[in-house]
Amino acid sequence: MDTGIVGLILAIVTTKPELVGGGGCPIFLAANQKEQERLSLYLARILGGVVHDLENGVYFICRH
Amino acid sequence: MRSDYRHYPSYPHGEFVHLSLGLIAAGLGAVAVPAIAKPDYTAVTFLALAAQQFREVRSIERETLLKLEETKMIRRGNDYIEGIARVFEARNYLVILSALFTSGIVYFGGWPWAIPASILCFIVSLRFMNGSYIGDIASVEVGTISFDNSMLKINDVVIMNVGLPFTREKIKREGMGIIIKPFNDDARLTLDTPGQRMAIMHDVVSILGSKVDINEGELAPIMRKQADQGYLAFFLVANEPDLNFCMEIIKRVPVLESARATSSKSYYGRKAAD
Repeated sequence: MDTGIVGLILAIVTTKPELVGGGGCPIFLAANQKEQERLSLYLARILGGVVHDLENGVYFICRH
Repeated sequence: MRSDYRHYPSYPHGEFVHLSLGLIAAGLGAVAVPAIAKPDYTAVTFLALAAQQFREVRSIERETLLKLEETKMIRRGNDYIEGIARVFEARNYLVILSALFTSGIVYFGGWPWAIPASILCFIVSLRFMNGSYIGDIASVEVGTISFDNSMLKINDVVIMNVGLPFTREKIKREGMGIIIKPFNDDARLTLDTPGQRMAIMHDVVSILGSKVDINEGELAPIMRKQADQGYLAFFLVANEPDLNFCMEIIKRVPVLESARATSSKSYYGRKAAD
């Protein structure tokens, strides 16, 4: 069986640092949306998660 | 002696194992009547012992499928496996019974009766082996894929949140959306079962393929329910994006025994429905 952590936010990628904080999850700051998309893609591929968009400038990577 | 071969859809492995088991089963059934009639009680005892072995068939099948399941991208689900295992066991008994019947006829009636008897067995077996399919309990239609900002929707059913713009583009280009509408309340309950949904997804993906990869979950096939009306929306990014064939495949997915709902057969179920 594939065992691992599921249903957990693995990383947050944002252009607006004031919107996120605390919680013990790594937060990556991006200069603009393009960089944000690239960062989240890389992180998603490395961590094996899926990128989700909260539509307020915050992307997060979650494993399902 | 009449042998019966059982080729379960989408299950090509172990055909030989089951063919030989079927032959053994047919042999067992066939010699039973002459052995009792002779009477050779040692042979009868051995027959009973051998027949017990067929109880093992189900667990063999279950174990194999569960082992294979671990390395599957899209899983069959336990319900489907249990269903397949049961079918294998039941069909072996069906073989024994057919052979028993045919050899009984031959023993008492002579060779000319064997042909009609076997034809009769064939028809009865076919009747027994015929389960119902998704196409019998639900209609399958094309759904339109759309995005509400980052939310992927098929018609009015929200499927998931897709973060990356280029993934959204890919889904718009290649994604397929299908709506499965149950005909009645029983069908609705059947389609509710996660096991049944997994079975549908597995069958479709095993034929059309899927672009999902290990560690890349965005393109995974997903099936979600419209909570108020009970129909299912099925999202898939297939290697062969052909909607018509996809719908045909879904219609031919068997309704799992363990998922089959019979609420309308119970008193309160009928009362609650109206």
